[in-house]
Amino acid sequence: MEQNCAIELRDITKKFGKVYANDKVSLKVNKGEILALLGENGSGKTTLMNMISGIYFPDEGHIFVDGKEVSIRSPRDSFDLGIGMIHQHFKLIDVMTAAENIILGLEGKAVLNMKKVCEDIQALVDRYGFDLDPNQKIYTMSVSQKQTVEIVKMLYRGANILILDEPTAVLTPQEVTRLFTVLRNMRDDGRAIIIITHKLNEVLEISDRVSILRKGRYIGTVETKEATVSSLTEMMVGDKVSLDIYRPEPHDLKKRLTVEEISCENGEGVKLLDQVSFEAFGGEMLGVAGISGSGQKELLESIAGLQELTNGKVIYHARRGTDFDLSGYNAAQINELGIKHSFIPEDRLGMGLVGSMGMTGNMLLRSFRQGKGFFTRQKEPRDLAEEIKKNLDVVTPSVDYPVRRLSGGNVQKILVGREIASSPSVLLVAYPVRGLDISSSYQIYNLLNEQKERGVAVICVAEDLDMLLDFCDRIMVLCGGKLTGIVDARKATKEEVGLLMTAHKEDKA
Amino acid sequence: MSVIITFIQKAIVQGICMLFGADGEILTEKSGNLNLGVPGMMYMGGIGGLMAAFFYEKSTDHPNAFAGMVLSFLAAFCLAALGALIYSILTITLRANQNVAGLALTTFGTGLGNFFGGSLSALSGGAGQISVKVIGSAYQAKIPVLSEIPVIGDIFFSYGFLTYFAIIISLAMAFFLKRTRWGLNLNAVGEDPATADAAGINVTLYKYLATVIGGGIAGLGGLYFVMEYTGGTWSNNGFGDRGWLAVALVIFALWNPINAIWGSILFGGLYIIYLYIPGLGRSAQEVFKMLPYLVTIIVLIITSLRKKREHQPPQSLGLAYFREER
Repeated sequence: MEQNCAIELRDITKKFGKVYANDKVSLKVNKGEILALLGENGSGKTTLMNMISGIYFPDEGHIFVDGKEVSIRSPRDSFDLGIGMIHQHFKLIDVMTAAENIILGLEGKAVLNMKKVCEDIQALVDRYGFDLDPNQKIYTMSVSQKQTVEIVKMLYRGANILILDEPTAVLTPQEVTRLFTVLRNMRDDGRAIIIITHKLNEVLEISDRVSILRKGRYIGTVETKEATVSSLTEMMVGDKVSLDIYRPEPHDLKKRLTVEEISCENGEGVKLLDQVSFEAFGGEMLGVAGISGSGQKELLESIAGLQELTNGKVIYHARRGTDFDLSGYNAAQINELGIKHSFIPEDRLGMGLVGSMGMTGNMLLRSFRQGKGFFTRQKEPRDLAEEIKKNLDVVTPSVDYPVRRLSGGNVQKILVGREIASSPSVLLVAYPVRGLDISSSYQIYNLLNEQKERGVAVICVAEDLDMLLDFCDRIMVLCGGKLTGIVDARKATKEEVGLLMTAHKEDKA
Repeated sequence: MSVIITFIQKAIVQGICMLFGADGEILTEKSGNLNLGVPGMMYMGGIGGLMAAFFYEKSTDHPNAFAGMVLSFLAAFCLAALGALIYSILTITLRANQNVAGLALTTFGTGLGNFFGGSLSALSGGAGQISVKVIGSAYQAKIPVLSEIPVIGDIFFSYGFLTYFAIIISLAMAFFLKRTRWGLNLNAVGEDPATADAAGINVTLYKYLATVIGGGIAGLGGLYFVMEYTGGTWSNNGFGDRGWLAVALVIFALWNPINAIWGSILFGGLYIIYLYIPGLGRSAQEVFKMLPYLVTIIVLIITSLRKKREHQPPQSLGLAYFREER
């Protein structure tokens, strides 16, 4: 039995500051087995795998490979132990061929023999049933082909333990089927495979066993044969934690937005939004739940006029009673109509604010078009910056202090504050409290609640289900670009939303 | 006929200087470093070679031509490489802005060259009085026998050793970049250092080596100018804009050393064509001197219209590499 175990983790703990990313996690993968690692966003799946692949070093705990205790201090160590990780973002050089990417950085003879390399790759490709031309350039490849290159790269380097981080997130259903066939072939060849995912139907389809993490804690491992969608969901989302966020009752609901069957796709033809229809009301907080990458960002961008729709339309019911079909307007005009979009990106300063400018300059970004003549008017934005600083308690030495140097909470207050200063009638916010500590989060909640009470239709995308359930009036759930349901946040349970989030209907394509 | 032969000869003579610069810069840019210090490094190479030759010839009564060549060659390479090393420390280790650091190196190198060039002139009694006869003529020595062949000998074999060395370097570099493991790794560093790093390539080492060696090669362009072109003397600011033409040639050659060979001859020809067109006024001459730059712009337009990825500059060119936090 000990012989059969490819890799085992025992009581792995990793802390970032005071936060436990992983708290005494243990798991085990055998040779010739596919283990699914299941958990919500932020449950510590990726951190755990990064410790196996040498990107982080665990604070406590033991890792055993082939029954021997090892210490993995760098990606190189991980390589040498035969561990290969396939990230969500492929690390490939675009102008090179598949074969060149596969041998990149390997030791060997100085002069390359590409013919021999290609033959070796072809042998691997044939053995497992990949679909790959070693001489094809990366930039001509589809996402699925690039993923294939990554997998073959790991195999070529002799990886026996393969870790795939969300491998199906970017694939079409047909490509997923092909990937699973290849994974099964590799399993039958005796390799150990860990697949990180949150798509339950895929877990049930491909894996032999499932290990579940929740908020950094190891919940348990079950045989896939004995698991069902609902039993896994229960383990994944757990019990609801009350956050006690102040939630005023909505009143005076007025229809502000009608979204009719909107769809859009990315450059690869994968549907990011699929026939989504809903209505949003002034005076109401509409939450958007979903596993990351389910189309939340695209939904907000569609309303703000930043996404090209392949189908459907967005109708805006203005306060004066006139209706606008937003498809005829560009993003600047939509902004002008009173639909404000404040997206908090992962790196906060990537979108929306210019880090090296002060608050005044950043206010000016929104208003410079109103100015007449050549010179910008500094006075109004400065007044606005002072006002936001005072009203929202932004802690900054001066309104001219570069926002890059402010803390995350303050940056977020500026971002949200700027959008609400223009008295919007629809406010789109994404991840408003991402990365904030508790007191800053509550300040942001209060800001948004204030807007809601003023009759603004607030649409709020967030990852944290507990927060959505305590903060919103209604929650719409997206899954794979489809709207899987709209629930009343006061009555819905966490399991209900969790199920909707993973309710993948089998594609009939 | 003889005018055409002379023109071709002169075009090649003009081009070799740029070819060294372009080869060095191609190697540098393949690592993702945009070193705009090429003109400066060429000055440094030139003055380094000249000083070594000058003091060697002064130090003995019977200077050995071969020893003098080796000394001046090494001095030129090392001084220019030193310039590139300063640039590397600034941009790779300290992550300073590459454009600023490169332009500063150009200013520095030009000043250094002119300062010591002026001093050497003063030592030897006035401007244009520097003489390193033995070594200068050794650099200028043509290939015996072969250069005697009419026409063919004139076009192909009537140059000094540095001319052939430039061609050999270009061919060797093309082979290095396309066919060797290190070349592949270097390409990866210039395209996407994060990916190269993840693949286990020592990004910093590759960047340093490529930039320093590239700088040294560019410096040989200066040596060529001082020794073979002018025969071993110095005139302040004598290089003109050849250093910048070398940078333009890199773009024209689409980062391929083989293209740089014929490109340099074309550039050299365009650079002096005004001398061969009768009846040009002073201002018209200047217009003709713009031709190489004009050709570069046209090539840029055509390649960006064709959108072929292989013809684009290395993707991370000009960007400092920060390893992600671990």
